Amino acid sequence: MDRRTTIKWVLAASAAWPLLDNLDARADSAPAAHGYGTDPNLVADYKPGEIWPLTLTTAQRRLAGILADIIIPADEHSPSATAVGVVEFIDEWVSAPYPAQQRDRTRVLEGFAWLDAEAARRFSKGFADLSAPEQRGICDDICDTARATPARDSAARFFTLYRNLTSGAFYSTPAGRKDLKFIGNVRLPRFDGPPPELLKALGLE
Amino acid sequence: MPFVTSENQKSDYDVIVVGSGAAGGQSAYTLCMDGAKVLMLEAGRNYSPETETPMFRTPDLAPLAGVGTPDKPFGFFDATVDGGWNVPGEPYVRASEEDAGRFEWWRARMLGGRTNHWGRISLRNGPYDFKPHSRDGLGIDWPISYEDVAPYYDKVELLIGVYGSNEGLENTPNSSPGCLLPPPKRLVSDYLVQQRAKRLGIPVIPGHRAVLTQPLDFKHSPARLHPGNPKAQSILAEDMRKRSTCLWATPCGTGCSVRANYQSTTVHLPPALKSGNLDITTDAMVYEVTLARDGRASGVSFIDRTTGKQHHAAARVVILAASACESVRILLNTKNAQFPNGLANSSGKVGRYLMDTVGSSVSGQIPLLESLPPLNEDAADGHQLYVPWWLYQDQHAGKLKFARGYHIEFGGGKRMPGHSTASGLESLTGGSYGAKFKQDVRRYYGSFVGFDGRGEMIPNDHSYCEIDPQLKDKWGIPVLRFHWQWSEHELGQAAHMQKTFGDIIEAMGGKTRRPVQTDGAKAIAAGGSIIHEVGGTIMGSDAKTSVTNQWCQTWDVNNLFVTDGAVFASNADKNPTLTIMALAWRAADHILERMRRKEL
Repeated sequence: MDRRTTIKWVLAASAAWPLLDNLDARADSAPAAHGYGTDPNLVADYKPGEIWPLTLTTAQRRLAGILADIIIPADEHSPSATAVGVVEFIDEWVSAPYPAQQRDRTRVLEGFAWLDAEAARRFSKGFADLSAPEQRGICDDICDTARATPARDSAARFFTLYRNLTSGAFYSTPAGRKDLKFIGNVRLPRFDGPPPELLKALGLE
Repeated sequence: MPFVTSENQKSDYDVIVVGSGAAGGQSAYTLCMDGAKVLMLEAGRNYSPETETPMFRTPDLAPLAGVGTPDKPFGFFDATVDGGWNVPGEPYVRASEEDAGRFEWWRARMLGGRTNHWGRISLRNGPYDFKPHSRDGLGIDWPISYEDVAPYYDKVELLIGVYGSNEGLENTPNSSPGCLLPPPKRLVSDYLVQQRAKRLGIPVIPGHRAVLTQPLDFKHSPARLHPGNPKAQSILAEDMRKRSTCLWATPCGTGCSVRANYQSTTVHLPPALKSGNLDITTDAMVYEVTLARDGRASGVSFIDRTTGKQHHAAARVVILAASACESVRILLNTKNAQFPNGLANSSGKVGRYLMDTVGSSVSGQIPLLESLPPLNEDAADGHQLYVPWWLYQDQHAGKLKFARGYHIEFGGGKRMPGHSTASGLESLTGGSYGAKFKQDVRRYYGSFVGFDGRGEMIPNDHSYCEIDPQLKDKWGIPVLRFHWQWSEHELGQAAHMQKTFGDIIEAMGGKTRRPVQTDGAKAIAAGGSIIHEVGGTIMGSDAKTSVTNQWCQTWDVNNLFVTDGAVFASNADKNPTLTIMALAWRAADHILERMRRKEL
């Protein structure tokens, strides 16, 4: 496997080649003015808000957290999305100066507005102030782009994006790795491959 | 003083090497270990893998969970410094705005260049690959054969450390005994691909990568590599002992601080510096070769990127190893009354026959791999196995609609969770969220296998680069303009890749994540996006139709050499880096011999 293949897996399928999408014929697009630049320190720890300012309002962050926890609630294996900093991550993402993130910012804020409008239409309240069943009722209508009605297509696309952002943040954290029982990224004296009994059970040798 | 500034370079270098990547590193290594005094000029900044490599870093420590951005296209932790398909202030031009004519030019502005982040895949060209025109009437034969290069493949493998196996398959050469390190163990998904592809008649064998699966043979290899040169043997033995074996963790593309894989900065440059014969100036942007009155190269002119000032460096011999397109650019920007069309360009072939690799991908979801128990599948960072091109006979018999083959790189496993781990699952989960979504992510994590084809592009008259008549970079250096066109062979190959990958995924009991693409024009990755660009100063046996001879020596200027991928007369499916190094070593040996005979 070469490097580029690995990267393609690392990036979300929908945004696999953000750079290629944005090249123009005179390929001289300058880097984002306030990004981390082409030569950042790779061995420092970064926290949201350190490189570019966070921009979501208090109300937007509240809604961001409620929706993130609807997508990833706490269970017996791992904490909820907000417990591991997903709101800060989403704020970092939609505040980032790069073109792909700027596009996502528009979609996320429009999605938030749609949720509030839908909540107002159905229940005369903001989405954040709905009961959990009411919130789920709205989410059920937009959680699958394949099943959403044409009128809700944009909202469903927003929900897919938001689920990707929430889960992308969550599974990047130590809690997310633990949830998936990831046991790599540690130095091994040797690599032994899979246990023979597993291979046998799968019919592989 | 190994690292020198523009101001304190010496005046009596034997050789100037422009570039510090695979070609520059190998050229300088070979020359310095045999006593030549070398000045290496690198356009990018100095780089220290020991202190700058983000070993064991996790995505939560990076901005945006480490995903690629215009600043870092391969992700935050990718080793590349000041690089990508766009380099700020260093534009290039595309002659066509249509997708079919698209060419992307990746550069890295750092010591060691692209070798710091490359995939480490190290495949030999085979006998057919050096004589493609003789075999099927297409493309261009090299002036050398596999037998000429084989000893140098051995040398490079012994020096840098390459794992793999000898399978004796057609046009997939064996290495000499003792050259290869043992391949790593397989992942569960590797076993499955191997078992099911075999049912389709597709061979799956150990990959070849420049990763140390065991220590290098520091007792014997130095004597094999440097016979009769005890100083070189001693330096190399000491350096080999300092390299760690693979830690079986942390991706190669970030670079490796313990030197367990090949990058020029950890393998070529340390012993070359230890020899005392290498000076390196970084931030030195070479823009032209200078000429003496007798028409020989006298040195190069460069811009010190830290000051913007122009400088000159002199030597008996000049080697361009700046990467295929950058070396072309330097030649074409060297114009005077004697060379109105650029240096070494009496054939008109400088910039011509630009090639990349045919690339196409399909990934699949495999139910058999769902919900497996916890496994550490970091291994050697992929490519434990690969599929060499297997249809030589069918193709020769005219059963395929395209010429030339491809190999398959593939991989799966429970890799480090990250930003895309739970993305794109809707077709499997019905759009679940909440507790069910968390269960679904656990179920599907590690159940995906991706396949990438890497195929041969045949050189054509419509794929080339030249100097743009108007645009200059921020240093005032005229930039390249790229022309690009695939032929029906590459497009047919890309469509064949798609079908094959779909068939393998089906044989594994899985489903492709997206429909298989039957239109090759839609399946093929843009030119340059595989970052295997070669050609531009192809080698040949005739000065009228090629730019260099078999020794990478330009026909027009006796003491001017090009040792990077620009000299490739064809671009086999095999990833080019190992061949670049083998040819650079061979050229450097030739230069040493000619210098000893006072012919240079």
